[in-house]
Amino acid sequence: MTMVRLTGQAIDSGALHRELLEESGSLGGIVLFEGRVRDHSRGKAVTSLLYECYQPMALKVMEEIRQEALAKWKGVRIMAVHRYGPVPLGEAAVWIGVAAPHRDEAFQACRFTIGEIKGRVPIWKKEEYADGTRAWVHQGC
Amino acid sequence: MKIRVLLFAGLREKAGKAEIVLDLAEGSRVADLKAGLPVEEGSWRPLAFAVNQAYVTAETRLRDGDEVALIPPVAGG
Repeated sequence: MTMVRLTGQAIDSGALHRELLEESGSLGGIVLFEGRVRDHSRGKAVTSLLYECYQPMALKVMEEIRQEALAKWKGVRIMAVHRYGPVPLGEAAVWIGVAAPHRDEAFQACRFTIGEIKGRVPIWKKEEYADGTRAWVHQGC
Repeated sequence: MKIRVLLFAGLREKAGKAEIVLDLAEGSRVADLKAGLPVEEGSWRPLAFAVNQAYVTAETRLRDGDEVALIPPVAGG
């Protein structure tokens, strides 16, 4: 099973959760993070959103991040999925699932994974606003 | 030597294309690409670079057949 993925389809959190459970044996803590498309950004009403990615490198960097987290927190299981193409308001753009022996490792590994994905993976986001303008958004906005 | 250059996001839109092929002198570095780009330098800073899908610095030497990606500030998540 591929534990890092890019998808042009809606992210099915329930199905991913079940997959993670199958990988997780009797691990005691599971943290799921789902990043959704907001209807406001930088003080403007957002009407639609588009993600563009450099697919082969994005997958490579996501797997690097996953391996770094696996080395840092022993015994964890990690899945990470990012969406590309148009993403409707309210839908998930990114999904991270971490299973760990205890809750601290699960929270820490999840926070690390989403933080590194936002900072390093070659994915770009274009927002379209209610006033008709559009902009490529940079990290931290 | 032939170098394939991939453009993304705002840079791709400004250039009007997602990919260009440049013919560069042997020994060229990533930084030497900029002269061949169809967009002015001011419009593509700040920028990171990848060669064959791994991040590199602007000083990295290129080899014939390399795939170079110009990477504007990323915004995943």
